Amino acid sequence: MSIKLNGSRLTLFRGERCLFRDLEFALNSGELLLLEGRNGSGKTSLLRAIAGLIELESGTVFWNDEPVRNMRQLFQNSMVWMSHKVGFKGDLTLVENLQFEAKLRLESTRDFDDVLQRLGLKKLKRLPFRSLSAGQQRRVALARMLLSAAPLWMMDEPASNLDAQGRELVATLLSEHVGKGGMAIVAAHQDVKLDLPTHRIALQ
Amino acid sequence: MSASDEQLPGIWLGTSALVKRDLALVIKRPGDMLNPLFFFAMVATLFPLAVGPAAEQLQFSGPGVLWVAALLATLLSLNSLFLGDFEDGSLEQLLVSPVPLSALALGKSIAHWLTSGLPLVLVSPLVALTYQMSLAVTGVLMLTLLLGTISLSLLGSIGAALTVGLHRGTALLSLLILPLAMPVLIFGARTVSLVAAGDGVAGGLYFLAAYAMLMISISPFATAAALRISNE
Repeated sequence: MSIKLNGSRLTLFRGERCLFRDLEFALNSGELLLLEGRNGSGKTSLLRAIAGLIELESGTVFWNDEPVRNMRQLFQNSMVWMSHKVGFKGDLTLVENLQFEAKLRLESTRDFDDVLQRLGLKKLKRLPFRSLSAGQQRRVALARMLLSAAPLWMMDEPASNLDAQGRELVATLLSEHVGKGGMAIVAAHQDVKLDLPTHRIALQ
Repeated sequence: MSASDEQLPGIWLGTSALVKRDLALVIKRPGDMLNPLFFFAMVATLFPLAVGPAAEQLQFSGPGVLWVAALLATLLSLNSLFLGDFEDGSLEQLLVSPVPLSALALGKSIAHWLTSGLPLVLVSPLVALTYQMSLAVTGVLMLTLLLGTISLSLLGSIGAALTVGLHRGTALLSLLILPLAMPVLIFGARTVSLVAAGDGVAGGLYFLAAYAMLMISISPFATAAALRISNE
């Protein structure tokens, strides 16, 4: 199965400022797209626009050559999203949070324990999510990506709040995912070095 | 594999999971549910103390006071409807989930009604005692509150969705939804007054039911659109 995502003539303004104009990109399975630029250059906005969270001024994002706006649900079913806010409920436990998301996305919870083991979260299963450290919370957000079967990973600064080991883990997970024929769009201000077919978009 | 072969998660599964999650959250933090309920009971029981115990006066003003207290209590609880989800990022995850946003918005309203409207309905007979309402009048009060709070939860979710991105949007939220909530208040309170005076109830109840149906069919879509705008 081959999948592809591309954007054509994407333009976005925030207030008066033009973040990007007539931007083009194309991404095939087994490839990584890196969005680079200093703080405030519009990396996150571009990522959010591709995900459909922000309305583009003009331009179209295509998923398998079909405009995303015509098939929002199918596209969102193929995508999993990680932003700077982790998006879990502090009062619920890690497991309750992930189980809720699994129902929302029709995921199997079969390899639940393996995923938690791998991310070093197994001992924290029954704790309320709010008692986890910021880094541990980011790891749970990584668990969301691993549990999902979606081919497209969209990550905004995946390495923030993580220790060296955690950053290593992000790199490994990304390589695995893309290596298996998935695709990923990553916005990062630090240089990400991965041995993968990589496209780069540098925002001014 | 063509696009149409892909399996999408069922609307019902995702929505019911959201309702269950919200109920679980309220159980872990019952204060959010009890505060508006406490407010309702306080206002409604303090009023007779202030105006005096004359049965005729209480029976006359009871429906109005109870309905105003119920409306304000619902408003109190609406502000936090999407705020928690907005702040911790779960709202964003709902927006990018494959379940249609309008179904999830309906789920949020259902959970809100179960934790704010339904408790009000259940508590109202106790409060009605202080107004010396007869059994028949209390029954009608409960029915009007049942239908009215459904409308208010659904109507309020539109307002809450519109103001979720603004800080301190409480005043704006009230301004936005109060005009549209007026028919519910008027018909709710008047229906109870009429039955107390010995008139028929059908007209008022039909109106409240029709308004609830209208809200059920409009609110999920309006809320979904408002959430998308607020989250930009």
